[in-house]
Amino acid sequence: MIIQSIAFYIFAGIIIASAIMVISAKNPVHSVLFLILAFFNGAGLFVLVGAEFLAMIMVIVYVGAVAVLFMFVVMMLDINFVELRQGFLQYLPIGLLIGLILLVELILILSSQFEDPQILAVSSLPIPPIEEVENTKALGNVLYTKYIYLFQSGGLILLTAMIGAIVLTLRSRPGIKKQVIAKQVSRKREDSVEIKKVTPGAGV
Amino acid sequence: MQYNDVPNFLPALPEIFMSVICMVLLIFGVFKGNKSTYLISWLVILSLFLTSLFCILGPKDEIIFSNIFIVDDFSIFSKVLIIIGAIAALAMSLSYIRNEGMEKFEYPILIMLSTLGMMMMVSANDLISLYVGLELQSLALYVLAAFKRDTLKSSEAGLKYFVLGALSSGMLLYGASLIYGFSGTTNFETIQAMFDSNNEPSLGIIVGIVFIISAMAFKVSAVPFHMWTPDVYEGSTTSVTAFLSMAPKVAAMALFIRLVYVPFYGLVPEWQQVVILISAASMVIGSLAAIRQTNIKRLMAYSSIGHMGFALLGLSAGTQQGVESVLIYMFIYLFMNIGVFVVILSMRVNGVMVENINDLSGLGKNNPFLAIIFGILMFSLAGIPPLAGFFGKFYVFLAAVDSGLYILCVIGVISSVIGAFYYLRIVKIMYFDDPVDIFEKPNSASMISLLSISGIFTIFFIVAPTPLISWAHHAASSIIQ
Repeated sequence: MIIQSIAFYIFAGIIIASAIMVISAKNPVHSVLFLILAFFNGAGLFVLVGAEFLAMIMVIVYVGAVAVLFMFVVMMLDINFVELRQGFLQYLPIGLLIGLILLVELILILSSQFEDPQILAVSSLPIPPIEEVENTKALGNVLYTKYIYLFQSGGLILLTAMIGAIVLTLRSRPGIKKQVIAKQVSRKREDSVEIKKVTPGAGV
Repeated sequence: MQYNDVPNFLPALPEIFMSVICMVLLIFGVFKGNKSTYLISWLVILSLFLTSLFCILGPKDEIIFSNIFIVDDFSIFSKVLIIIGAIAALAMSLSYIRNEGMEKFEYPILIMLSTLGMMMMVSANDLISLYVGLELQSLALYVLAAFKRDTLKSSEAGLKYFVLGALSSGMLLYGASLIYGFSGTTNFETIQAMFDSNNEPSLGIIVGIVFIISAMAFKVSAVPFHMWTPDVYEGSTTSVTAFLSMAPKVAAMALFIRLVYVPFYGLVPEWQQVVILISAASMVIGSLAAIRQTNIKRLMAYSSIGHMGFALLGLSAGTQQGVESVLIYMFIYLFMNIGVFVVILSMRVNGVMVENINDLSGLGKNNPFLAIIFGILMFSLAGIPPLAGFFGKFYVFLAAVDSGLYILCVIGVISSVIGAFYYLRIVKIMYFDDPVDIFEKPNSASMISLLSISGIFTIFFIVAPTPLISWAHHAASSIIQ
């Protein structure tokens, strides 16, 4: 138990520290790197509560895709971050106010409890006990059986998104040189080298 | 495990068939390139036709995939209507996309994917499957709206539609999460059963319903969520506008009906007042704002807002008769729109598309066939008696009067009279104004036949209205237990 709490405080502390670094680091690349650190520790917190599937998804999706995308944006686009950050402090009161509201809401939620026995009775899919079935397996059990229709429809949506991205952005530009390996391999010596007989002393 | 048996896939055969065909044609298109657009379009039309046969002949009254996918008379009616709209939109745009240099093989495939999403929407029996279908159809529509990416207007339309559509999806999800939180389930029938036993819904449920109705109002473009409609209609290429004004409207209205009549049937007084409000606002704004329009596509956008107001008038009745009248209304509206958009797609002068209402002047002399059908359709849209459009409005008003919504009916009749002004103005411009430019002659055979079908349906609906009415009756009685 004590190890768990120590791990929790380490993860949580690093998340807060790196979140502060994300917004205060001078170099935008460092900001993104701190963001990745925060994601990794968030994944650690998920592991602590026994949600190992969410932890892995967090690493794959947020670190693998989202953060890399951020990195691309930061490095590819020429954004002047110093200029963007001017007047940063003037938003501080609003930020504090929003934080305060969130804090009050959080306290309100945690101090009250809402549980309707009727709702619990009709709940469509009870969560299996965590000691018997780990949650990756629990998800796998229903994803391809009970929710096969939704899973496949999700695939179709992603296909549509992909078609859309290609239709709206792909331009076929004429006159671009492309490598055709078959053509290169089938090239023969005679195609490119021409042997001329030169009579000595006569010139070309 | 408890899921060992293979689920029953047969009721979902139309959807499975369509998605497989989509992927096959996509691969075919990738290999054949944009030259194959014409062939793929016809293959899409053929497979849509086969899909509609599967829908009609397939099993019904089944709920599969662990209660999230339903096939009943109502969903079959809507699916057939959606497919008719998709086929018509694709058939009328074949020559248009060639002339406009939009010949990309993805065009028919995106239309098919969007149609698939609509079919999934009308078959949804669960908040999750509802959202998945809705997202599939909208995503394909966003891309279609921006399809002519090199023109500013089309990109703007696509972006506007995407941003506002995402907002409405957000509202839908928020409402759905509230309903899930306060009822513990996402299944329509379970939610319905909850309100049968306990008549005191919690505040969270009502807020959730309002959010979901707002998202639905966005999808059917009802006031006050109509802002995107004129801009997207005007900006998108005309063939996409034609598609937008037909199939998605039917699908969204069918989903709207199922939402308020299945899960929230026990809460009629709660949602009725919201629907009455958006219906009245749509009818009034739709007819008033259309008066000042000069662009025919914008005019049709406001016209569709007004028509959705009339359809919602039937929906707000809260009875089976109301559902029936909305289905009849949507059917007639779809067939009238086919003809109207064939004419708009024929507005082509010296190789350039024109969109102003004044460009129609003298059409009565230049192209009598086009003009007479367009004139008839305008009379029908205005609701002049012997034509189909009148009957649509008639049944809707009848249902509303039977439910005692007299004030709403008076508002509807008044805005219908105001609306008649701008429809009749078009007839006046066609027949009594001096001719300006002559439209290019060559209309493709598919366009002529679509125009004829639309015209014949509108004129002769009075002769045999019974099949449609009895079909709508079956469809309506299948969702109300």
